Parts: sequence; C-alpha cells; structure tokens
Amino acid sequence: MARITTVVCVTVIATESLSKRFPRVTALDRLSVDIGPGVTGLVGANGAGKSTLIKILLGLSPATEGRAEVLGLDVATKGGAIRERVGYMPEHDCLPPDVSATEFVVHMARMSGLPPTAARERTADTLRHVGLYEERYRPIGGYSTGMKQRVKLAQALVHDPKLVFLDEPTNGLDPVGRDEMLGLIRRIHTEFGISVLVTSHLLGELERTCDHVVVIDGGKLLRSSSTTDFTQTTTTLAIEVTDSDTHPDGTRAVRDALHARGVETENEGAGLPGAGHILLLTAQGEETYDLVRDVVADLGLGLVRMEQRRHHISEVFTSSAEHSGDEQRKEAVRHGG
Amino acid sequence: MAVERPLQPLTSPAGDQTRIHDIGYRGYDGPRLGRAYARRSLYSQSLRGAYGLGRSAKSKVLPMLLFAVMCVPAAIMVAVAVATKAHELPVAYTRYAIMLQAVISLYVAAQAPQAVSRDLRFKTVPLYFSRPIETADYVRAKFASLASAIFILTAAPLLVMYVGALLSKLGFAHQTKEFAEGLVSVALLSLLFAGIGLVIAAVTPRRGFGIAAVIAVMVISYGAVSTLQAIANVQNHTSAIPWIGLFSPITLIDGVQSAFLGATARNPGAVDPSAGQGVVYVLVVLALIAGSYGLLIRRYKKVGL
Repeated sequence: MARITTVVCVTVIATESLSKRFPRVTALDRLSVDIGPGVTGLVGANGAGKSTLIKILLGLSPATEGRAEVLGLDVATKGGAIRERVGYMPEHDCLPPDVSATEFVVHMARMSGLPPTAARERTADTLRHVGLYEERYRPIGGYSTGMKQRVKLAQALVHDPKLVFLDEPTNGLDPVGRDEMLGLIRRIHTEFGISVLVTSHLLGELERTCDHVVVIDGGKLLRSSSTTDFTQTTTTLAIEVTDSDTHPDGTRAVRDALHARGVETENEGAGLPGAGHILLLTAQGEETYDLVRDVVADLGLGLVRMEQRRHHISEVFTSSAEHSGDEQRKEAVRHGG
Repeated sequence: MAVERPLQPLTSPAGDQTRIHDIGYRGYDGPRLGRAYARRSLYSQSLRGAYGLGRSAKSKVLPMLLFAVMCVPAAIMVAVAVATKAHELPVAYTRYAIMLQAVISLYVAAQAPQAVSRDLRFKTVPLYFSRPIETADYVRAKFASLASAIFILTAAPLLVMYVGALLSKLGFAHQTKEFAEGLVSVALLSLLFAGIGLVIAAVTPRRGFGIAAVIAVMVISYGAVSTLQAIANVQNHTSAIPWIGLFSPITLIDGVQSAFLGATARNPGAVDPSAGQGVVYVLVVLALIAGSYGLLIRRYKKVGL
C-alpha cells in the first residue's frame, strides 16, 4: 500500500552557488542544483564532494558561500528542524556489536525525539520493512554485511523522515545483496513515500534505481537530469527466440532475416559463455517491434523475450566528462560504471 | 536502552491468529519531542549503562562489584558502631571517599571509556549528530550521567552510614550536618572525576587505553603528590604541603573539604589548608570541571560526522 504524499514544495533540495573551501581544497565550487521528490542519485568519483554536500545539507557544516535549502528550510539557520525531518545513513560502519538491532534502533529513534512507545513500535515496523526478522534480537556483532547495512538503513528511516541521505549504501555488498539493497531503496520512495538522495561512485546502479541523477566532479555540477533523459534518446531491443527443427539455430535465422530487411543487430555479451542467444537491435519506432514480431512468426519460432534495454548512464556520462577535459577523473568514474 | 518485548498472543475469539499480516508501510504522525527529550534519553541510557543495566550480564559484573565494595565497609562500620554503642561513627562522612579512593578511581577508569569510547570506536557519533541533538547536548548528557553514576557510588555508602547513625541514635542534628557536608564533598568529587575521566577517555577510541590512562592519571598523580608531601613533611616545609595537594584530583577534594566542610586533611602531617588556600582549591576544582567540559565540546566538534 503506497502512502499518498502531498508534496508541498516541489523541490526537496535546492542549492544556489554553494561553495565549500577548506584551506587547501575546494570541496564544492558554486554548485547550483534543484532536486525534486523521488530517488535521486548523486554520482561522483571519490573526493568529488558528495560527503561534503551531505554534511552541509544536514546543517552540520557551514558553506563558505552560497545557500542551500532542504525541504524548504535554510541549512544555515534551520539545521535542527532539518535533521528532525531527514534521515542519514553513513558510508562507514557505525553499529556497536554488543547490542541487538532492536535495542540500537529503539535508542536511535529516541534520539530523533520519538516517545518510548512509538520508538519501539516504529523500530519493529522499520526492521521488518528492511527485511530483518528473528535476527533482530541478536547482537549486531554476528550480522553479515548485508544485515548490517539493513540496520544502518533502519536507523535512518525509523523516525519516518521526509527525506533520507544514503551514503554509498551498496558498499561492500555482493551482487545479490546489492540488488536487494537497490530494490529496498526504490521501495523507500514508491512504498514509504520518502524521498531519497543516494550517493554512489557506481553509475550502473543508479541507472536502475534513480529517477534523477546529479553528477558532480571536483565540486562542480557536471550534469543534472532525469534518468529517462539520460537514456531515452535511443532504445535498444533485446530479443531471444527458441530454436525449431527447421531452424536449429533460431537466433541466427532471425538475425539473417532481419539483415535481409536492412536491420543491423549485434550479439549481447559477445565472447562470453552463453553469448549469441540474445540479439540486440536499435528500435527506430513502433514499426521495429512489428517487424521483429512478423519475422519471428514467419520463421515459425517462439519469441522468448523482447524487452527494452536502456543505454547505460556511463556512456552518457563518459561523453559529458570528455567535455570537461579531465581525463583522469573520467577514467576513475568509468571504472565505477 | 529500551528493549522491545515480543507481543503476547492475545486470546481472541478467532482462535489461531499467529500469522503476521503485512499491512504495508505506516507513517508516523505522532509527537517528536526534540532535543531536550533526546538529551534526557541519552542521559538515562548512559546512567543505566554505567551500572551495566540494559547491557550484557558481563558488563554488570564490575560496576556492581565495585558498588558492593564501596558499601560493605560502611555497613560493617555501622554494625560495629551499633554493637559497641559508640558515640561517633568510626570514620567521618567526608573521610570515607578519600579512604576508598582507589575503588572510585577504578570505577571511573572502567566506566568513563564505556561511556564515550564505544561511540567513538564504532563511529556511532555521526548518527547522533545527524539528529536534532547537538554537540553540547551529547557532552552534557554523557558528563551528567557519569557524574551521577559516581555520585550514586560515593553517596550510597554515606547514606548507609547516616541511616545507621540515626538508628543507633547518634545526635540527629550533628549527623545530618556532617552527612550534608559529606554529600557536597562527593558531589564535587563526582563532577571532577567524571570530567577528568571523560576527557581522557574521549581522546582514544580504544577502551583498554582509556582504562589504563585514567588509572595512570589518578594513581600516578596521587602517588607523586603524596610522596612530595611526605618529603615536605619530613623536611619541615609543612607550609608547602597544601600547595602540593593542588596537583592530584583526590587531594584537591581533600583540600576543599578540609578547608570548608569540616574535614581533617588526610595529607602527611595533616596540614589543613588556610582559608585563602581553600579558595584556591575551590577555584582549581571548578576550573578543572569547566575546563574538561570545554575540552569535551572541542573534541566532539571535531569527531562529529
């Protein structure tokens, strides 16, 4: 059951030529960005200024110049009110090993101002929503990395914030844990109605999870747009077909038939085991779908799948990074993607 | 820290209702009690923690043992006083804490790192400061909770003695006055020891180092001061004895109470400080308490997030 949120202010986070200079480093350089409700990815290489930005947005570190608002509250003067409505999940370990998840999250709920009974109820609810059940009564010291990440997430959500900052939530997780965490992040918005600002240096993750991506580099805004903008310009279709007696290699037959009609295809994951069973082609419009359907039907094959593959943000990001002319940083980010 | 209790199965007419139904996410529209409430919660949680309450059984052992060690001699004294029908308790209220200072130091050494090192070591501190609570709230809650814990440790035996004295009908007015003086003395001691202990413990995230450092500061300073005082006494420089006493926590408290709270100095030669020296003692104690608070604030401004 999705909670109906009435969004009063359309911008959740707004910064205006926000700068943060340390004696030797400029962490943020005249950053102006508006972030709306939903899941927003904040991408940048290590040291790009992500953590500094979160610290300023929580009202914990004054900006050198410029201003920022979170949920319509000025970070310079309303830090306390912001922190009451915002949750924060740090990147590093932050859990004492000798207490149980329940005890820890109840304590953190009370630190957010929840009365004792509400703190216990919200803790039980939140731990269940992040996927911790019986184990929540055991000391955290015995948890796996994935479970610890869930506890960290639970303490950020326990006071039902309007917005959460998640700093590298998938760090240290295996691929399955990573997928689960990304699914959970998506649910935080769709089911819980809480806006999310999630940082990562891995672009591929954010493509699947975020509505909007903000790319910063060297404290400067590189790009801010919705994920659909990033990837909608061209659509790639992935096709998989069955084999039949007349066409022992169905994939090949479809490829040849498509080539005969002037449609270029490529194999997915060429060179990898199991490659060659999925064909990728560029959809020009509605007619491409019809064409594929007709070709497969004419050959008497079964269409196992025909799905849209979005382009990876990393491709888009790489091309915009090229404009910045900073080869080293681009390289660092591309490794992340 | 409050512990969530599993729901008791309700006896419902529908019978077996043990299945959990996922009713989806529910928001929270109830009250948010803000900074002062969070500070109070942190205070009570830390105070309970200082006696191992709400923590593992293992962490209850030492504080409870030390608490018992503090109280048992008082109980014995009372028993002896009652049995022998003495006209006075064998030990004055103000002397009791000085006598058992090693136990108090041990308690501070064990519990000060417990109060602050854990949050530093496991990097829990940023979680506090990403909430409405601020540096000063955190420091005040921790300072107040450790000071209260030490006060409980030091005032409980005085209470035992006072109750015992009243039961054996030693003059009420006289006993009450001395008991009150004793309480003022241990209150000062609690604040001073809590401040020193926390400042030392907050420097290191390693609990072991914290314990060792607190013991070292308490024991070495007292040992050095006593030795110098003894030398001064032997060489007949008795006027120097109160001045030397300014350099260790326990002799500071001894100086304050022998100047103003009717106690006799416990230093070699039993030299009571003059009124002027007494004022210096009080000022040094207050400066140390305020200074340790200031240092803690500075320390936590740095480690937050």
